[in-house]
Amino acid sequence: MRFMMIVKATADSEEGVMPSQELIDAMQKYNEKLVKAGVLLAADGLQPSSSGIRISYTERGGRAKVVDGPFTEVKELIAGYTLIEVKSREEAIQWALRMPDPHGYGDGEIELRQVFEAEEIMGNPIHLMKERELRKKAEEQQKA
Amino acid sequence: MTVIDVNRAIEEIWRMESAKLIASLTHLLRDVGIAEDIAHDALIIALEKWPNIGIPDNPGAWLMTVAKRRAIDLIRRTKKRDQKYTELARGTDLYTEEDVDLVVNEEIGDELLRLIFMTCHPVLSQDARVALTLRLLCGLTTDEIARSFLLSESTVAQRIVRAKRTLRSENVPFEVPAKEDRKERLSTVLEVIYLMFNEGYAATSGDHWVRPLLCQEALRLGRVLAEIAQSESEVHGLVALMEIQSSRLKTRVNAKGEPILLMDQNRAQWDRLLIRRGLAALERSERIGVPLGQYAIQAKISACHAEAHSVEETNWVKIAALYEALYRISPSPIVELNHAVAISMAFGPSLGLQLVDELSRESSLQEYHLLYSVRGDLLFKLGRFEDARIEFKRAASMTKNEKEKSLLMNRAKECES
Repeated sequence: MRFMMIVKATADSEEGVMPSQELIDAMQKYNEKLVKAGVLLAADGLQPSSSGIRISYTERGGRAKVVDGPFTEVKELIAGYTLIEVKSREEAIQWALRMPDPHGYGDGEIELRQVFEAEEIMGNPIHLMKERELRKKAEEQQKA
Repeated sequence: MTVIDVNRAIEEIWRMESAKLIASLTHLLRDVGIAEDIAHDALIIALEKWPNIGIPDNPGAWLMTVAKRRAIDLIRRTKKRDQKYTELARGTDLYTEEDVDLVVNEEIGDELLRLIFMTCHPVLSQDARVALTLRLLCGLTTDEIARSFLLSESTVAQRIVRAKRTLRSENVPFEVPAKEDRKERLSTVLEVIYLMFNEGYAATSGDHWVRPLLCQEALRLGRVLAEIAQSESEVHGLVALMEIQSSRLKTRVNAKGEPILLMDQNRAQWDRLLIRRGLAALERSERIGVPLGQYAIQAKISACHAEAHSVEETNWVKIAALYEALYRISPSPIVELNHAVAISMAFGPSLGLQLVDELSRESSLQEYHLLYSVRGDLLFKLGRFEDARIEFKRAASMTKNEKEKSLLMNRAKECES
């Protein structure tokens, strides 16, 4: 299953202040760990919202309204994301806990969200029941 | 966190760290069975202590420290009474307790590599290699392995116990094979990973077309291997192949669980991220500058499909040429059959049929249902519906996969109208 670790923006990241070398190194090391464990799918940092736009629909059937950045509600903005593929929700949490404080000065916030995917066959009770029946059959065949 | 949450977190942490723990401990103890037991002891200690003291900041290092201490205790204890162990311990760098913390963050890629060469050692049977690798490198439980292969738990447990015993009795060394053996041994490792993947991708028996757990484990292990054996072109080739094939996992079956063939899949639903990763891995494989191996070539074929927006836009001439290249380094009638299909797509069904007819004289393919299904398809395209129907029915009677059987029966029915 896939999870996205979303790093929230801060006033500094919005102003385009580059993180310290120390933090860059720590992040790089963390990403290497993800790669070596075979879980990293993608990771990117985003430019400040000043170079972004926002498209909104304010009424049903209405036209799109385009607003240029920057946007003010810093804590709700996204500064980057890391997409991982793991075995379980617990594993995703463990990886998220190992990410360094993403801005390095106690203002960091990471949001962990699961990606919607096609039905997980292994977790589906109907499929699991079928699987058990098949297993029984296979065992009987083995005995015969 | 409740006690149950903490316990689940601990088990998950252990699972994430277990391969590294076992690899490091095997390095110390030279016995993978004892190494696994001690890694497990470390889990039990964590389950006792962490609910009270909290999960440590660096749980992997904590587990490693505890496990290594126990390993050293064991060596010291046996040292007194067992000459053999004394020699073993002398030959191994022993860490004092103060050193342990320094050692835990060290690179352990090499030890993981040795562990995978051990679990995929040729003294073990194919089944044993797969089971032991899933257990020790992927951290799967016996029950999970059993479920994936539709075997009973006791069968798998026995298989693992026996495999560990064989490794001990045959004195299989914990090492990366020397240069002259390396290529062959590496191909055994890759074979095990691809076997796992394929077992997941298209189960040969039972009515499940895909078993995602095995695919995921194989892909993950392949990605790990690509990092610890970066200079091996074929490792990247295999990863590329698995990434690209995985990109189609979701489109391989419909809502009813029936298979959808490559040609009929909704390409908009192919996972672009995995395709991109596959193409990147393929590039890494080619950049090493050695002639491409069988996995890299198969990945290139898979990439031709991935890059085409429709069946018509597929570069079938290139695919046919790649199958020819594949046949040269790994000749098999199945590759020839695929070559015939590509030729028929590139140059028309009658040329394809000619090749398939030549192939059907080959005895090794006569029990292979896909030969008849391909033949049926070509006859169908040539408008020879009655001949096609017979071939589809023959193919249906030969496959063990229930879903595939019904797909073939449907095709036979199509020939009647």
